[in-house]
Amino acid sequence: MLSSLIFIPLLGSLAILLVPREQDRTVKWVGTIFGLIPLLIVAYLWGQYSYSAQGMQFVEHYDWIPSLGISYYLGTDGLSFPMVILTALISFLAILASWNIKNRVKDYFFLMLLLETGMMGVFVALDYVLFYVFWELVLVPMYFLIGIWGGPRREYAAIKFFLYTLIGSVIMLVGILALYFNAGLNTFDMLALAKHKFAPAFQFWVFLALFFGFAVKVPVFPFHTWLPDAHVEAPTAVSAILAGVLLKMGTYGFLRVSHPTLPEAAKALAVPIAILGLINIIYGALAAMAQKDLKKLVAYSSISHMGFTLLGLAAMTPVAIQGAAFQMFSHGLISAMLFLLVGMIYDRAHTREIAKLGGLFNTIPTIAVILAFASFASLGLPGLSGFVAEFLVFLGSFGAYRTFVIIATSGVVFTAGYYLWMIQRVLMGEAKKEYLGLPDITARELGTVVPLMIFTTLLGLFPSLLMDIMNPAILGLVAKVGGM
Amino acid sequence: MIEQAWIIAIIPIVAWLIIFLFAKALKEKVAYVGILAMGISLLLSVLTFSEALGGTVEKSFPWAVVGDIKIPVGFQVDPLTAVMLLVITIVSLMVQIYSVGYMHGDVRYAKYYAIVSLFSAAMLGLVLANNFFWLVLSWEIMGLSSYLLISHWYEKPEAAAAGMKAFITTRIGDIGLLLGTIMLFVYTHSFEFNVIAEKIHAGEINQGIVTVAALLVFAGGVGKSAQFPLHVWLPDAMAGPTPGSALIHAATMVAAGVYLVARAYGIFVATPYALFWVALIGGFTALFAATIATVMTDIKKVLAYSTVSQLGYMMLGLGAGSYTAGIFHLMTHAFFKSLLFLGSGSVIHAVHSQEMHEMGGLRKKLPITYWTFLIGTAALAGIPPFSGFWSKDEILLAAYRSPYPVLFWMGVATAGLTAYYMTRAVILTFFGQPRDHHKYEHAHESPPVMTVPLVILATLAAVSGLPGSPFLHNAFGEFVKFGHGHEAEPSSFVMIIAISAALLGVLAGVAIYGYKVISREKAIRSWRPLYLVLKNKYYVDEFYMAIFVRGTVLLAEIVGFFDRYIIDGLVNLVGWLGMQLSFLSGLFDKYVIDGMVNGVAAITMALGNSARRLQTGFVQSYAITLFAGVVIGLILIQLIGG
Amino acid sequence: MIPLFYVLVVSTLLFALGVYGALLSTNAIRILMSIEMILNAVNLNLVGFGRYITPSDPRGQIFAIFVMTVAAAEAAVGLAIILVIARRYGAAAIDRVRMLKG
Repeated sequence: MLSSLIFIPLLGSLAILLVPREQDRTVKWVGTIFGLIPLLIVAYLWGQYSYSAQGMQFVEHYDWIPSLGISYYLGTDGLSFPMVILTALISFLAILASWNIKNRVKDYFFLMLLLETGMMGVFVALDYVLFYVFWELVLVPMYFLIGIWGGPRREYAAIKFFLYTLIGSVIMLVGILALYFNAGLNTFDMLALAKHKFAPAFQFWVFLALFFGFAVKVPVFPFHTWLPDAHVEAPTAVSAILAGVLLKMGTYGFLRVSHPTLPEAAKALAVPIAILGLINIIYGALAAMAQKDLKKLVAYSSISHMGFTLLGLAAMTPVAIQGAAFQMFSHGLISAMLFLLVGMIYDRAHTREIAKLGGLFNTIPTIAVILAFASFASLGLPGLSGFVAEFLVFLGSFGAYRTFVIIATSGVVFTAGYYLWMIQRVLMGEAKKEYLGLPDITARELGTVVPLMIFTTLLGLFPSLLMDIMNPAILGLVAKVGGM
Repeated sequence: MIEQAWIIAIIPIVAWLIIFLFAKALKEKVAYVGILAMGISLLLSVLTFSEALGGTVEKSFPWAVVGDIKIPVGFQVDPLTAVMLLVITIVSLMVQIYSVGYMHGDVRYAKYYAIVSLFSAAMLGLVLANNFFWLVLSWEIMGLSSYLLISHWYEKPEAAAAGMKAFITTRIGDIGLLLGTIMLFVYTHSFEFNVIAEKIHAGEINQGIVTVAALLVFAGGVGKSAQFPLHVWLPDAMAGPTPGSALIHAATMVAAGVYLVARAYGIFVATPYALFWVALIGGFTALFAATIATVMTDIKKVLAYSTVSQLGYMMLGLGAGSYTAGIFHLMTHAFFKSLLFLGSGSVIHAVHSQEMHEMGGLRKKLPITYWTFLIGTAALAGIPPFSGFWSKDEILLAAYRSPYPVLFWMGVATAGLTAYYMTRAVILTFFGQPRDHHKYEHAHESPPVMTVPLVILATLAAVSGLPGSPFLHNAFGEFVKFGHGHEAEPSSFVMIIAISAALLGVLAGVAIYGYKVISREKAIRSWRPLYLVLKNKYYVDEFYMAIFVRGTVLLAEIVGFFDRYIIDGLVNLVGWLGMQLSFLSGLFDKYVIDGMVNGVAAITMALGNSARRLQTGFVQSYAITLFAGVVIGLILIQLIGG
Repeated sequence: MIPLFYVLVVSTLLFALGVYGALLSTNAIRILMSIEMILNAVNLNLVGFGRYITPSDPRGQIFAIFVMTVAAAEAAVGLAIILVIARRYGAAAIDRVRMLKG
């Protein structure tokens, strides 16, 4: 079943290649349908998912290159299944949000589906080679999506993104190869290698190598500067995927690879990681406050919010990791929603400059209200998913890093500060003349954000929907890392 | 009913959903949805209250399993909750009925009702919650409703700014509450008030930790109840619609901070140090805000500072060790202050101004408003036998019995000032000659839909103190008490001091504003520095603006600059350095890339230009080159001996 | 039997003549003919070596036949190209065709 999640988008992208170039509508329909099928499959899998089982589910294991110990090994557990759900959801909504793409529609939808294949693959692969292949597969469509359909400085942004992540992933590959050769088990099986005990000094260096690869994706300060550029230049739907799913590949890497495989190093480096998380939170929030471009503000808020995940990862208590994993999902929903809304505003007002916008509550009320909703979700209003995540991270980390948590909470105030300030400047005030008569949200656009709103609210009120999936895997992970 | 008390909080949520979804279709009929829901909630609250007289109920259900811990969802109905339920539902119902008249024709009528319903649900949820997690959740949703209501008329910049100020200022306090909650959980492994209190009572937790946790929780109360130094948001919050202010920023939400301290009293009593700070902050805020209220000319601002002051009073009562006194004052204050706000709303509705200097002589034009306002004033000023007198007396009594006499004198001074500024407000508004004839001529009494709630609240303001009076054998204190209740002995000294302070205040007000014994202008001239300090609210806003707001924005600018130029610059520098080594990393910097790409391109062009001369297009010259190449190759092979 | 040396000398001369003709003549037909000469020189080499070094093995001869078929095909293609050039430029003069200029 997991294979179908990977190959149906791939099949879709090939199907798009067969559609004649000028038939834009057909291309869009094919893309949308092939985006929808994985979502339906994921929904089915969710029904089949066993909440109590330890270990991997829906496993598929075939030899690929037996002489090197490379296999085609897929499976999902409480750490990856939420990410699979998120990927299917965000990808579908992003495809739906891409209907207003006008030039080179065929290429665009081809790349979008290819991107989905790569992202799905990263989250379900249990073999390092497979993992790495998908990891790199994500990079290529992303590069073209930013570079071709992006804003004015798209080439700079695309190359910056590409180089950053490429260098990161090459170093990560070195780490993976080091694991393979050092273990001497002649296998790239993630689970098998996770069971192997590596020497502490070796763990330290490999952890650093892997950390670099993952940190670029998260992104961790000071490797974050590709993100604002990439976000601002990328087309709306791609920004949504970038913030919604791609960033989570980094933190997922920590959960799936670094922490279980190199527990001693994870413990030894926990404090520096917590400090980096703290810097991300405060620094991202302050930088967001200083932005004049609405999309950049949202981009920096992503940096800030991913800091909570890092803090939770560093604390390594079940609650903190639960919070970190929850934050990954919740931030995926909320940031995707924010980017989609900013895109809608940009499509109408043709500017993202905060100073030029204003009074949107009175000109495009529905979009404005949903943007306010998303902002409140992002600043951690209780009853919405962001609060649950932040609360759990604080709760779980308090025992280990009291001072850090106290400092991190000031980030919550800053977050409220920049969002409310944004709402005040962009949404409130008298309606501006130049924006009068702008069309409000269309049914299709509403369709892209409403599912995210529903999920955000549902998870805020009933977080156990997701937590019960995560719990067994997280307890297993913490038992391995040993807590703090 | 008491077994299903949670329904009381659910009903307004349903109303909120209906209003939210059908706002367009219902138009101004949304008011009936809200009123109906609140009426049902009130009815259920009365039932619950009567059952709560018989005993308390607490229920918990698992809500989420997180890692190795469980977060419960639960509710409890004890005397405190029962009283709060009644107060909230009554005031909310009155405000919603009143709003039918006051908000009539407003651009965002449905939104207003939606917020009021959402707020009522959150506040009811707050008092029903039996654990910190759900308390924090409701707490923040109240903050959201408050924000939305303050910036209800967001076209006005000051309303938009006031909303943001309120949310952020209270959030600073909320951080304390959040940390306190987490800290208590870390040490007691529970969110539930009773469990935490039991563990602390049993001495399982280090005294220092309890103190810190209690102070953190209190910080939440300081923010929400607008205590010094986080009081600055409440006066600005008056930018919202007046009935909303009456509900949220006078009667209920701002009292949530007091409720929080009362709810967590089990933690506070274990640490006298924290309790002392509660009393001190409360007492100081009470006096501080009362002095500001004496010079405000905006009727809503007077009432806002009065609210801050009275909330400080409640804190003082709690801090001085009397749980009953604090909650008793909370209840009476909710009635008379919402009455005063609604009354001021009625005045504003009539003259379309909030400036007391543009009013005057309205007594004849607005008789019902005048009489009800007068009752509210008497209650607030602490004139016996109105409700405020009894509750204030209990607080002063508690302060008097506490080890710190300064608390008592702070309370007495506040009582005097309160009587003074309220007398001043009444005289400026209702007595004397009309100062703005145009406004006076157009003034008319509000419709019954507004005056009936005033009359009901006035009745409550008059009599709600009786349950705490000796005439009913202090029934309130018997019902709402902490532990076994150890109420201080009544003292006739305190009562005499309280009454004389109130009368002195009233007399001073009448003397200055009624009979003009002392000229106001002359007094201002001779006390100019003091007047300016008070008029500018001790410059606290300016101080915060300069230090915290500007400071944060400056810090943000610095970080933004740092990120843009230093970090990104560093990245680009690394790229530039890398370019020296390899071509790939040279692509980092835009300018460097351009230079590099152009450079490479130029070299390639030059090479190409020289190479193209070889490309004659003459096939045979290619063939010669080819042949020559083969020959040279062969010769080379021969020479090297391959 | 004449020694292999003579065969090789003839073949070398033939090759040199072919190269000379191919490089220096301007008429495309003549170039084609010169190329045929080069190929035949090679053929002669192949047959000669085959005959003198491995008399029992007909590999050299088989190669020569291959070369002849390829040469025939090449001549057909070459003539077709020349025909097109002649139609386009009015003559089979190779020095007028400079489309490969960079």
